[in-house]
Amino acid sequence: MSPAPQHRLYGFAAEFASAADLYHAAEKVRDKGFRRWDVHSPYPIHGMDDAMGLGRSRVSLFSLLGAATGLSLAFLMICLAGDDHGIVRAIMGNFNYPIIVAGKTPFDIEPSVPIFFELTILLTAFGTVFGLLALGRIPQLHHPMFNWDRFDRVTDDGFFIAIRADDALFDEAETRQFLESIGGTGVSRVEED
Amino acid sequence: MADGTAIPTHPEAHLVARQPLVLNRRPMAWITDHVARIVEDKSKMWWWIATLIAGSIAALVPIQLVYLVSTGVGVWGLNHPVGWAWDITNFVFWIGIGHAGTLISAILFLTRQRWRTSINRSAEAMTIFAVICAGIFPAFHVGRLWMVWFLAPAPNANVIWPNFKSPLLWDVFAVSTYFTVSLIFWYIGLIPDFATIRDRAKDPIRKFIYGLLAVGWRGSNRQWSHYEKAYLVLAGISTPLVLSVHSVVSFDFATSVIPGWHTTIFPPYFVAGAIFGGFAMVLTLLIPCRWLFGLQDLVTTKHIDNMCKIVLLTGTIVGYAYMMELFIAWYSGNPYEWHAFLRNRIADPYIIGPAAGVPPAPYWWAYWSMMFCNVIVPQFFWFKPCRQNAWLALILVMGPNIGMWFERFVIIVTSLHRDFMPGAWGHFVPTINDILLFSGTIGLFVFLFLLFVRFFPMITMFEVKAVLPEADPHHHPAPRPDAGHNAGAIQADVRSILGARDAKAKGGRA
Repeated sequence: MSPAPQHRLYGFAAEFASAADLYHAAEKVRDKGFRRWDVHSPYPIHGMDDAMGLGRSRVSLFSLLGAATGLSLAFLMICLAGDDHGIVRAIMGNFNYPIIVAGKTPFDIEPSVPIFFELTILLTAFGTVFGLLALGRIPQLHHPMFNWDRFDRVTDDGFFIAIRADDALFDEAETRQFLESIGGTGVSRVEED
Repeated sequence: MADGTAIPTHPEAHLVARQPLVLNRRPMAWITDHVARIVEDKSKMWWWIATLIAGSIAALVPIQLVYLVSTGVGVWGLNHPVGWAWDITNFVFWIGIGHAGTLISAILFLTRQRWRTSINRSAEAMTIFAVICAGIFPAFHVGRLWMVWFLAPAPNANVIWPNFKSPLLWDVFAVSTYFTVSLIFWYIGLIPDFATIRDRAKDPIRKFIYGLLAVGWRGSNRQWSHYEKAYLVLAGISTPLVLSVHSVVSFDFATSVIPGWHTTIFPPYFVAGAIFGGFAMVLTLLIPCRWLFGLQDLVTTKHIDNMCKIVLLTGTIVGYAYMMELFIAWYSGNPYEWHAFLRNRIADPYIIGPAAGVPPAPYWWAYWSMMFCNVIVPQFFWFKPCRQNAWLALILVMGPNIGMWFERFVIIVTSLHRDFMPGAWGHFVPTINDILLFSGTIGLFVFLFLLFVRFFPMITMFEVKAVLPEADPHHHPAPRPDAGHNAGAIQADVRSILGARDAKAKGGRA
């Protein structure tokens, strides 16, 4: 890392020896009052959301939206295909063609259950993935953290904390000292490019 | 704890201690290295040979399909009265195999079975490849492939909608949903491990490709938090989904009025059979893989043992279902149903059959192969040596692998070939095209799996790391030399506290 200041500072990052150290350090960063910071680890650490003071993930809201869309879509589709109602005809025009098989009623709930179920599941999955991408800011192929030479090990066995320079409490000298005081090693400047 | 720092325990404590999920106390870097190296090293000679052979067999699939489409579906041996034969047998066989992958990735996740972590990736890959093989058959058995889009509920100029009351259409929805959700689930699971390959890559092209696949993953806890929630939701929806898929497949048969098909036991019986056959296939793939790649510390004997137990459990459920189906065929008093079982399946062709003036049914051997492979063979897994010896287990699971194919063949062909009218009775013989296409799908399945183990991380590294003891943030590293004394002191403390509490409780009551 060159200390040349032609690049804007992204923040300071430090490495920790183990998941336990990272967990306790994260609690201290949280208690200090930092807001714009993150923990990086090779696997999700149990309880880290609390240690960081994050709330519950809202991905499941997107799942619920997907589920509602899927169920409504299935219902609408079967109604459209099975009913010769005036409203349906208005929407579908000549494309509507109710199929009467074996003299059964045009719409029945029981044989529609598999379709309701499968489309609900399918759109729940889409909603969940969309939620993950939107809330997790994925895909983001480049990120300043990748400029840090130690960061390769985040997907191997490295445990890191990064505090961003745009945090209200950030101060170059103090934050560096703080990261060292909570057990961080190799505290480094991480720069944007 | 051989280093002498152990807390004094009962001499037989090891008998009840849980076996660790990763043997030999491997550190995280070891796991990363051993799994990622499979993708990074040069391909081994056996891999080239195996891939070449499997790829050549897989080439039969396009060849046979071109021949089928250009000639007509009559190149298969099916005809009246056996209108469904190997095509639907193979479809149900392959789709059933997929079920074990989803069971491992979703149901074992929800039930917190931590041993699933080292086998779920390859089992999910197996699911995807099995569903690809399965999808070929229903798509092409329609004969006129260019009309297959009529299955989709798309408004079209012929003003024809699909019949939403038909189980065949439910199948279209169930199987396509199953494939899509399995693929999503698999890919979401792969993202952090693709990032590992990206971060280890020296070659810029490799780094770029795996970087794209890893979608910029950087192990941030703000991402992990959403990731875990998404994974939980996907596991939650995959669980009913996997149970529904084979239930819907069984409706193809159960909602008809053919004797031998028209049975309410089919949905649970098909689901149990699917999990049974699927676990057999997981074992078939993983036992050689763990040996070839030296992954015995990750896919341990305990994993093999657990999977054998699931094969035993589901195999016994399947055996029960066979017996119950047979019993109800007799107990229902329905002569057609009983005929389908006694004459067409059990088919004692040489004793009661001729005596009753019935010509011997030709498929009795298929029924008894099924019974032997699916009911008798898995019972060996009651014995521990059969579960602990991986190679013995590999031989035994060939039973379910073969038996589950015969099960579908028996259900489909024996029921159809002799139904209500003796004048319409017939016989099914597969043609060479039936045989070559099915062989081709086996080749395709193995070929895709070989590509998978070579280019994708075949073990979920990040999940295996998460089940290591040191992964727990409340884990305390190696005990200090005086831990023994401490433990003694703590025990003494506990005893005195408990004693005081007991004394207090007694005093309170007095």
